[in-house]
Parts: sequence; structure tokens; C-alpha cells
Amino acid sequence: MFLGNRTIARRVLAFPRRRAELLATLTTEIQSGPTTRPLVIANVSKTYHDGRSSVPALDRVNLKVAQREFVCLVGASGCGKTTLLNLIAGIYRLDHGSIDTGDRRIGMVFQEPALFPWLTVARNIDLAMRLRGVEPDTRNRRIEELLRLVHLEGFGESRPHELSGGMQQRSALARALAQEADLLLMDEPFGSLDAMTRDRLHDELERIWLTTDLTILFVTHNVREAVRLGDRVVVLSSRPGRVAAEFTVDIERPRRADSAALARVAAQVTDRLRQEVRRHGH
Amino acid sequence: MVTDSYLDADLRGLDALDTPRIEVGSLARRVWSAIWPKLLAVTIVFAGWQALVWSGWRPTDVIPLPATVLSELGSIITTASFYQAVTITMQRAVFGFFLAIIVGLVVGVAVSRSDLLRRAVGSIITGLQSMPSIAWFPFAILLFGLNESAILFVIVLGAAPAIANGLISGIDHIPSILLRAGKVLGAKGVAAWRHVVLPAALPAFVSGLKQGWAFAWRSLMAGELLVTIASRPSIGVQLKTARDSLDATALLAMMIVVLVIGIVVDSVLFGSVERRIRRNRGVLGGGVDAVR
Repeated sequence: MFLGNRTIARRVLAFPRRRAELLATLTTEIQSGPTTRPLVIANVSKTYHDGRSSVPALDRVNLKVAQREFVCLVGASGCGKTTLLNLIAGIYRLDHGSIDTGDRRIGMVFQEPALFPWLTVARNIDLAMRLRGVEPDTRNRRIEELLRLVHLEGFGESRPHELSGGMQQRSALARALAQEADLLLMDEPFGSLDAMTRDRLHDELERIWLTTDLTILFVTHNVREAVRLGDRVVVLSSRPGRVAAEFTVDIERPRRADSAALARVAAQVTDRLRQEVRRHGH
Repeated sequence: MVTDSYLDADLRGLDALDTPRIEVGSLARRVWSAIWPKLLAVTIVFAGWQALVWSGWRPTDVIPLPATVLSELGSIITTASFYQAVTITMQRAVFGFFLAIIVGLVVGVAVSRSDLLRRAVGSIITGLQSMPSIAWFPFAILLFGLNESAILFVIVLGAAPAIANGLISGIDHIPSILLRAGKVLGAKGVAAWRHVVLPAALPAFVSGLKQGWAFAWRSLMAGELLVTIASRPSIGVQLKTARDSLDATALLAMMIVVLVIGIVVDSVLFGSVERRIRRNRGVLGGGVDAVR
């Protein structure tokens, strides 16, 4: 019997007692192809130590993201969203638990564009491939493709500082895609952009995701953004971060930010998020 | 429904609004605007000098007229011995500075990589930087004798700490987001240094080089006055000869040469590299206006 990864993920969360058992079925079923394995975050905890005090950032977080799934993490500040992404990317070390990325190549887009200011946009994209040892001919062809993909053709020779925030973020997206990433981690990438640019980038990111095999984990504090983009929206509680609730967004793609269906789901998520925030008022 | 062309048109519109073209004036205009304030400053200095001579504070064989010095300078720079002296001095400067860069790089990278080394020698490097290099000469002469090695030794000791410090502070101030981005892109070990750390630290390293050059040039002049080698007529030897023969005109002319070489290397070589780096990274412009 083959269960869709998504169904399994939901069941795992629904029946915590049977989790180990289901995990076992899941891993055997997955053997068929390495790229179809889900991203599995199991019992992940992380505490920051700063001299005498210590702050728990994540507490036993469990999350599964299926191949080609677009999952958005929302939560108020202090929910450890960024910490979780940095743990998955291997930038921080885990305290407890395990993360199985399913042998995926990981690309990351940060809150700030994080482009290297000494390189042009094209060279920034190029570096991602150079570090993987891709041939120069292939690299040059791919740079053109990627610039077209993010609608930046003609800006390859520009320096990052010559571009607007939105264009820089698209360049950073192109650079992450140049890693031939299978799993794209996005840490509030559009947080500092104006509303219109952000809307366009949502459309664009959705289009790219629909045409590729990318699995995306997208962190934001903006509920509408999460519902606009995600197949699933995961609400994290704050201090320490835990998975508090999940919502499946069954809205046809491509979506419109101003659709009524989207607004309904967003309202539900917002209510749940408010409950989480209020807990801290007492 | 969102179509591609609609998306395209929107983005193009937004992008065009966000990337205004800045007109740049002609080359001649830019060169002139860079040069005239310097010309004015030089004119004022010469006018003050002229006034000092006319005041009769010191006889003209001690402080000659600017015109006399300039014409002496004009005749000096046509002689072969002048070029020989400048060549020898510049050879020492270039070689010594090159050695200092290597030492500075090695020390800078080592200290910025190791916490223990930093705690051990970090403050010593800064201490060495503030030590007048001329104080090293007696020891250098004892160590190497009156020869080229003594001069090189002091140039390296004078310039290397500034170069190392520049690199260390450059590495210390790299925004952590760039290091994280490098890590995610897979830059490890040597590749991380080559593609992320060193380029990110480059502006501070060039400032260190600039400061190192100033120290190297000063050490070299001190060295050439103290360590005179008969077969090697350098700029320092010419200064000394002029003083020994009480030739104030030739002395001042050679001092102008020392000053000009220092300025040319500093502003033409390092200055242009620095400006280029800043322009490429978008940190040029505004300047003092932004904080005034």
C-alpha cells in the first residue's frame, strides 16, 4: 500500500503514539527514490547560551515536508523560525533531535539579499556554480537562463547596490537556484519590500515552484503571505518554539492574494496565532 | 489569473523606476575638478614660503626662494645621478614593501584564525605599529651591519604591523550574513577564504596597505640617512650630501622629491584602488555630507 507523503505526514502528526511505527513505514517506502524522501525534522531542540543565561529557542519540534511541497512557517517573534532554517542548512549545530534532509541540496534565501557586494549579479550567480565545480560553458548558459527566470535579463553586469531591494532579492533567489538546490529555505525573504513588489514576487516564486521540482520551506511572520504561498501553513508557538497547529491550504494555483478563499484561511490562521501570542500576556 | 506577460510588465515597470541612470560628467571636467583644489593649496603654500623669505627671518642661503628651489629641482631631475638615486630608493621601497605585505598577510590570517594567537600577540602588533621605526636601526645595524638587509628589516617591521592590523580588522568586521551565505553556497576551507573572507576584508586591507606604505616610506628615508652605503647613491644619500655641503637649495629640492613620491604612491596608486573598490561596492558618494 502506498500512502502519499502528505497523507503520511498528516497521520504522523495526528497520532503521536504511532509516530515511530509510521516513520518506519515511511522510510521503507521512500527507498525507491532518494529525491522523493521527505524532509524530516524530529524532536529538534536548540538552546542559546549567553554567559550565565540561556534562552530556549526550539523545543522538540517535529515537522515533515514532502517532496515538492511548499510549507510556510508562521509565528510571532521568538518562535525560532530563523533558528530552525539555520539548523536545517547546517549553519548552526543541533542540541537534540535529528534532521534528515533526504540528501537534498540546500539553497537559502535570507532576510537581507546577502549578495556579495564585490561581485556583479552574474558573478554572484556564477559563484554558486563555481563552488560546485560546474564547467564554465554550462555556467554561462545557466546564468542567462536564471536571469531570465527571475526577470532580470540585462542586469547581469550590474552591481548589487545598483539594484532595488526587490531586484536584489530576485538575484539572491537566482543564486540559490544556481546551487541546483532541491530544498529551498527562505527566511522572510520579502519582509522588507513594498507591498506591490512583494505581490509580484509571490507570483514569480509560485511560478518558479510550479515549473521546478523544488521543495520550499518558507518562514514569515505575515499570515497572508504564508497562505498566499503555502500548501501547508505551520504555526509555531513562541519561547520556546514548538509546532502549535497546521493548516492545509486547498486553494487552486496560481492564487490571487485578494481572493476570498485565501482571506478565509488567513483569518483562521491569524486567530490561532493570536491565541499563541496571548498565552504570553498572562 | 496571473499571466506571465502581465507579471513581466509589472516587474519591468518597477525595475525601471528603481534603477535611475546617473549622468557622469566628461573626463576633462572630472580631472579638472579633482586637480584645482590641490593647485590652489600648493599656490598658497608657495606664497607663504615666499613671504617668509621676504620677511628676512633667516638668510636666503638657509631658506632659499621657492623659485630658486624649483629651478634647482628642474636641473636635478635632468641628471643621470638623480635617476640612479631614485631607482635605488624605489627598488628598496618596492622590495621592502612587498616583503611587508607577505609578512602582514601571514600574520593577519594567522591571528584572525586563532583566538589564542590573537590574545597572545594581538596587542603586540598594535604596539609595534606605534613604535617609531627609527628606534630599530641601532639594533638592525648590530644585527646585519651597514647594508641593505638592515634597511629592509626596518621597513618590514615598520609596515607589516599596519598591514596585518588592516587585514585583521577587515576580517573581524565582515557582516556575518555574508559568511553564512558563503557557507550555504558551499564555500569551505581555502575556497571560503578565496571567495568570501578575503574579498570581504579587502577594503580594510587596502587601508592597511596605505598606512603600511606611509610607515615603509618613513622607515626607508630614516634608514637611508643612517645606513649610507658608498656604492649605493640613494635619495637619502643625496639629502645627506646636500646638508653636509650646506646646500639648502638642493636639500629642499630633494625634500620636495621625497614628498611628491610619497603623495603619488599614496593617492595615485592606493587612492585609485580604494576609490574603485568603494565605487564597485556602492559606498562612494555622500561622504562627509551625510554626517554634516
